Amino acid sequence: MADQQRPSTFRLWFAPERLRSEGSTPDYRFSLANERTFLAWIRTALALVAGGLAADQFLTDLDRPIRTAIAVLLLAGGALCAVRAVNHWIRCERAMRRGEDLPPSRFPATLAVATVVAAVLILGAVVLGGAGR
Amino acid sequence: MTVPPPPTEPDAPVRDPGAQPERTRLAWRRTTLSFAIVAVLAVRLALHQEGSAAAAVGAALGLLALVAFLAVAQRRIRAVDRPAPEVQDVRVAVGAAACVAALALFGAVMVL
Repeated sequence: MADQQRPSTFRLWFAPERLRSEGSTPDYRFSLANERTFLAWIRTALALVAGGLAADQFLTDLDRPIRTAIAVLLLAGGALCAVRAVNHWIRCERAMRRGEDLPPSRFPATLAVATVVAAVLILGAVVLGGAGR
Repeated sequence: MTVPPPPTEPDAPVRDPGAQPERTRLAWRRTTLSFAIVAVLAVRLALHQEGSAAAAVGAALGLLALVAFLAVAQRRIRAVDRPAPEVQDVRVAVGAAACVAALALFGAVMVL
């Protein structure tokens, strides 16, 4: 990805003046749109956290270790989404300030694939968990 | 705590002064609602583990994360309540994400 030539996005997390010093301020409407996209990713992260909590509460037919593993995976996915939301917001804001194209992202596709895989695994665990008794 | 942002002049004329800021405010409200629902789910999980100190601590910290998120969100909502609002400070984004990550962590503490 193109970011490898640029300083790590993480360094901008706590340096708002560094982000503001780049390029020029974009039209406020684009910044607000970027902010709404960020919030959409935060809500996605919250949905994953909710999924993890629900998996622990409702998949009681499964063995404890499997249930815990599924819950922890979903919770970790939620935290990861939240972190990624910040990075993507920063990269888009920086691209807009520099007048560049918005950065391409593999994350939505990755998340979609991970969701399908998780759903198949959980389905398999539920089916096999029931058959094993 | 925060430095006031430098004054900026958007180049484009201010058209639709109410639409985008309002949509952004509503997006924040939707997000606080989602956060509250998940926090309630976490507290419910803790209540099911009655007698577990870890669950009680996890639930309390989860509620703390909710309060922190509401504070961050409310501040930004008020800042957006203008015709041409300033761009979000990166620390607002970091704070919001940190609250979500904290909720995930406390959930993990209760689940394990």
